[in-house]
Amino acid sequence: MLTDSASTAAGRFGPFGGQYVPEVLMAAIHELAAEYERAKSDPAFWTELNALLTTYANRPSRLYFARRFSDSLGGARIYLKREDLNHTGAHKINNTLGQALLARRMGKRRVIAETGAGQHGVATATACAVLGLECVVYMGAEDVRRQELNVFRMRLMGATVVPVESGQRTLKDAINEAMRDWMGSVRDTHYIIGSVMGPHPFPTIVRDFQSVIGRETREQIVATEGRLPDAVIACVGGGSNAAGIFAPFIGDSAVRLIGVEAAGDGIDHPSRHAATLAAGRPGVLHGMLTYVLQDDDGQTLPVHSVSAGLDYPGVGPEHAYWHSIGRVEYVCATDAEALAAFEALSRTEGIIPALESAHAVAHALRLAPQLGRDRLLVINLSGRGDKDCSEVARILNERPPAHGRDRFR
Amino acid sequence: MKRLSASFESSARGRRSILPYITAGFPNAATTIAILDALDPALCPCVELGIPFSDPIADGPVIQASFSRALACGFRLSPFLEALGAAQSRIRVPLVAMVSYSIGYRRGIDSFARELRAAGIEGLLMPDLSLEEIGDTAARCATADVALVAMVAPTTSAERRRRLADISRPFVYYQSTVGVTGERAALPPELREDVAALRATCGKPVCVGFGISRSEHVAAVCEFADGAIVGSAIVRRVLAAADAGRGPAEIARDIATFVAELAA
Repeated sequence: MLTDSASTAAGRFGPFGGQYVPEVLMAAIHELAAEYERAKSDPAFWTELNALLTTYANRPSRLYFARRFSDSLGGARIYLKREDLNHTGAHKINNTLGQALLARRMGKRRVIAETGAGQHGVATATACAVLGLECVVYMGAEDVRRQELNVFRMRLMGATVVPVESGQRTLKDAINEAMRDWMGSVRDTHYIIGSVMGPHPFPTIVRDFQSVIGRETREQIVATEGRLPDAVIACVGGGSNAAGIFAPFIGDSAVRLIGVEAAGDGIDHPSRHAATLAAGRPGVLHGMLTYVLQDDDGQTLPVHSVSAGLDYPGVGPEHAYWHSIGRVEYVCATDAEALAAFEALSRTEGIIPALESAHAVAHALRLAPQLGRDRLLVINLSGRGDKDCSEVARILNERPPAHGRDRFR
Repeated sequence: MKRLSASFESSARGRRSILPYITAGFPNAATTIAILDALDPALCPCVELGIPFSDPIADGPVIQASFSRALACGFRLSPFLEALGAAQSRIRVPLVAMVSYSIGYRRGIDSFARELRAAGIEGLLMPDLSLEEIGDTAARCATADVALVAMVAPTTSAERRRRLADISRPFVYYQSTVGVTGERAALPPELREDVAALRATCGKPVCVGFGISRSEHVAAVCEFADGAIVGSAIVRRVLAAADAGRGPAEIARDIATFVAELAA
């Protein structure tokens, strides 16, 4: 199937990536690619972005040795890359500040975005507030319900939040609606895509802006331990936090890179998971050729994850490539495993991870005990879990007494 | 694709040519086929058959709703195309499938084009297959005797207009406005000049779609273009008729009458 496209255009990761969008958007996509090339070689652009990242977003984020969590597992020494301590509470701000600056360079005063868990929406609203841009965020109506706090934060910062009622009313549908807005507003509006997905050049731009995570991690682990880690673990929905921490380690073959997808109720339950690389196949969705969860007619399958940010039937094309060449291992964690990890990290370290990041923590719970005490493991703690507390409390309280816990009441 | 090409060779500027857009399998295959059966080739040089897709990004609320409902009612591509194929001797209007490349890629372009052709479909338009990705798709379609129709938008540069028009057969689809499909009150003032310039440079028929819903729009567009594509206004009527519980024959008569009114 992969030979189906004869494209030799830029923006390919092996066979994956490309630009599968309506003609009306192509002019803006070329404009963005050209502006990004100019910005990349403009020291003034990086000076401004780095100043914002440092003084506004609180970078560099810390690399923290999680002693009690490590001890509780009795294996590898586990470090947490604390993206949860960034302004707005997640890694998403790294990308939105960069893209908002690009929007301003292009003279576009209006910004649109999609959001799942609300973290990218909040980070976009934040960047627009600080740079004085108009902001509209599309969010699935189901996610608006699950992430009430983030909706309030976006509105407080002056963004318009539009609940999307189509489809499954989650992240995929929010992307569709943002694309539809862009179809009509492309001349004066920049679409800040929140992950390493969509048509070229978005996957590259977002990866580059997020790579600050991996660059810092390298420096910090070398400064602390005198060497590179044995493994780096990150959760993968669209895959931006994972691409950001993996990219600077891709050339270090001794460093295992592990992406954790959302297995929901388990990947044996059709449409009750979001494990695209584990259960999907190459296809085209949202402007890119990548792994997708589709039926034989090319219709997107329903997906499920307890985490609104991983609830997506595609994955960034560079992850599809890393998967195809075997450079990155992709594994899954179920809703139940993520919830257990959410609790374990909270109890041992006093750090409440986002449900998305809890999937990465869940894999560490499995892997760390198999590794010796001399091994170093880094988890990208991509976001904080405050936003998830009311939803987690609801889920835990709804469980039948046989699985017994009512202590969150 | 003989019938489709011939249809445009015989169409003369100034005549009211309507390209109706019908959602395949909505509310069911029998209704779609009945509508196609009722359409008059003297008014319609071809019909666009929209294939339902779970994630349309170029479509407004009306066509989205028809897609969701068709899929919710169990629309599957192969059974639909088989039913259409079985009815092709009765259908007098040439057909162009409008379909997301997500579906084309999943089926594989070569076999997808063959499957369409076997169902009597002579043209294929994939709005999300960009010039960057189009490669040899037109040649592959031609091997199956299917014409690949390309879209040009108001934001398309002169160079891209030339390249897209070169690929497109037998006509070029011009998207009248920057936006998604849907009914709009007025046509953009620059449309006449844009289409005239495109026609002059490419030497191919140009049909105009997006935002055309009324008889006066059709009349205006047909002054300078080779056909007016009407989608949401028609699909909205089918939606309303289906909601009212009307059967295939009745819906088909209603749509054929509406198309004749648009052309009047």
